[in-house]
Amino acid sequence: MKFGDILLSAVRGVTANKLRSILTMLGVLIGVGAVILLMAVGNGSAQRVNSLITSLGTNTLTIRPSGNSTGSSAITLAVSNKLAAAGLGHVKAVVPESTTSLTVSSTNASETDVSIIGTSPDYFTVSTATVASGNAFTKADVDSAAKVAVIGSTLATELYPTGSALGQSITMDGTPFTVVGILATQSSTGFTDPNSVVIAPVTRVQRSFTGFGALSSLLAESKTSAGVTAAQGELGVELNQLLHVSASTAASAATASTSGTTGTFGGFARRAAAAAASGTGTTASSSSSLPYTITNASTLLSTAQASATSFTVLLAAVAAISLLVGGIGVTNVMLVTVTERTREIGIRKALGATRGAILGQFLAEAAILTLLGGILGVVAAVFAAQFEINGTQPVLIGYSIPLALGVSVAIGVFFGVYPAGRAAAMRPIQALRSI
Amino acid sequence: MTADNAGSVLELRGIHQLYGTGDAQVHALRGIDLSVAAGEYLAIMGPSGSGKSTLMNLLGCLDVASSGTYSLAGNDVNELDEKELARVRNREIGFVFQSFNLVPRMTALQNTELPLAYGGVKYAERKRRALEALELVNLSHRADHRPLALSGGQQQRVAIARALVTNPTLLLADEPTGNLDSESTHEILAIFDQLAAQGRTIVIITHEENVAERAHRVVTVKDGLITTDRLNRERELVR
Repeated sequence: MKFGDILLSAVRGVTANKLRSILTMLGVLIGVGAVILLMAVGNGSAQRVNSLITSLGTNTLTIRPSGNSTGSSAITLAVSNKLAAAGLGHVKAVVPESTTSLTVSSTNASETDVSIIGTSPDYFTVSTATVASGNAFTKADVDSAAKVAVIGSTLATELYPTGSALGQSITMDGTPFTVVGILATQSSTGFTDPNSVVIAPVTRVQRSFTGFGALSSLLAESKTSAGVTAAQGELGVELNQLLHVSASTAASAATASTSGTTGTFGGFARRAAAAAASGTGTTASSSSSLPYTITNASTLLSTAQASATSFTVLLAAVAAISLLVGGIGVTNVMLVTVTERTREIGIRKALGATRGAILGQFLAEAAILTLLGGILGVVAAVFAAQFEINGTQPVLIGYSIPLALGVSVAIGVFFGVYPAGRAAAMRPIQALRSI
Repeated sequence: MTADNAGSVLELRGIHQLYGTGDAQVHALRGIDLSVAAGEYLAIMGPSGSGKSTLMNLLGCLDVASSGTYSLAGNDVNELDEKELARVRNREIGFVFQSFNLVPRMTALQNTELPLAYGGVKYAERKRRALEALELVNLSHRADHRPLALSGGQQQRVAIARALVTNPTLLLADEPTGNLDSESTHEILAIFDQLAAQGRTIVIITHEENVAERAHRVVTVKDGLITTDRLNRERELVR
């Protein structure tokens, strides 16, 4: 018996009961499709989170006041300036962030709840914000608390829809500012729109809006991405001195927790969180905790990657179960088929079919069912992956297609072995006598 | 084989067949000795429960005897493993069953080709030989019909074509006319007569006297033993 003959018999078997074959294939189709699509969804959301975090800059560290950062331990502009001037080996720059949210208006339009960030000129190198047209404000502007601002691209077109906003005047809380620069368009990094923002000298923002107390946060940039952890350590030591943290507190905080390195998942919405923190002020404090926390994007990134991986694995596991169920469906149908065709098996054996030929025929039948179901599942998954699913654009993982197909055929053959083996082991007289 | 039975294609010696164990044990065959010469047309008769079906299964290598020896075309069947038995069934035996036993999803031609497929014959050769076999039973014009589109007599003719296509040593028919009307019965028996005239070795199992009387030799089985063995008509037997 040639391979082609075995295949032909199997195809005849599959087409003998079309509805049943189609329903069986549907089970495999759903299983394979689910594996590929859900892995793609997991992968897509992982990539999205990664790109969000990477857009924050992996060299960037964020220092935020924690609960007990009042009084002498408050992170003020003076602390920021001293930290920047400390000449730390791994730190390239430190910039203050004093944030608030205000209504911004031009002569003909206004926008509510625009993020206002008071900072220094280094902000444009430390953060991912870059000036597309015009210029950043200068150190002199900071020293003189000049009423100048760099605004986001969306805000610029909303306030001045017809012409360029550059050189024009905008008003915030009654204070007029001159627009000296417009930011390049950035992708959204979470809750706030980075293109609807006003960046102004920290001194001016403090004087006009936020007051001279604690800053919302500090941004620091390490010289190399490998030096982020070292930079974090240096910043911690320096801050402990500047904020007069006692040695015992620093030691116990270091052992009690990893507060300095904890990357909370919500952290990628840094600005929003910072704004919230500055708005709510201080919360209950514990004596052993530090007055600040330092987070960096690379720890966020690894945390996010780990959680994205487990998310993908979870999705794949759920999908694998449906694939398994589809495989059991194949076994079920093959068992019914073998029972139904006992007589045919008897005839074939009487005509000289060997055990191997019968086994091959039914295994090939199971393999055809699962392979066809699997191919249709791949097609369905690739099609479905073109659409956004619950806000996530699925990104197909290349190896998931051969993996799911291979697993489905393997399941078909594995689950087909038992029914096919039963068929092959039948004694011809028993098989012929049935029905 | 001894010189005494050199002309026989099948040779049974002291065949016993037991089914089950203990109280439920059935002694279906109690010592059968039978030899069939090449070109012989033999009918095996017997009432139901006589053991003739058991005998037919043994002759067709569908089952193996509990004791005794069976040689078919020089093969000692008791010595063969399952794969070799499958080969013997394929090459040496052509089956014709009471209920035709065609594969319903396959056309007459495909059904006829089936033993050749299991025998590893090439596609073109297969088709040529299958069409020849169908021609032999006057059914080549129905080659593309499936069994359900054929009458009972036609289905049985396809089955005969399928049995002959491998040019087997032995044509084994189990109640071949049991499910047929008298006209079809006549048709089928005429084919058997014709085949016998061509020198085919045929063993036909039946309980119908009118079928048995067409054979050269009739063997009657009762309670697992051969009770009578007579010649129907004059024929030179090669003994």
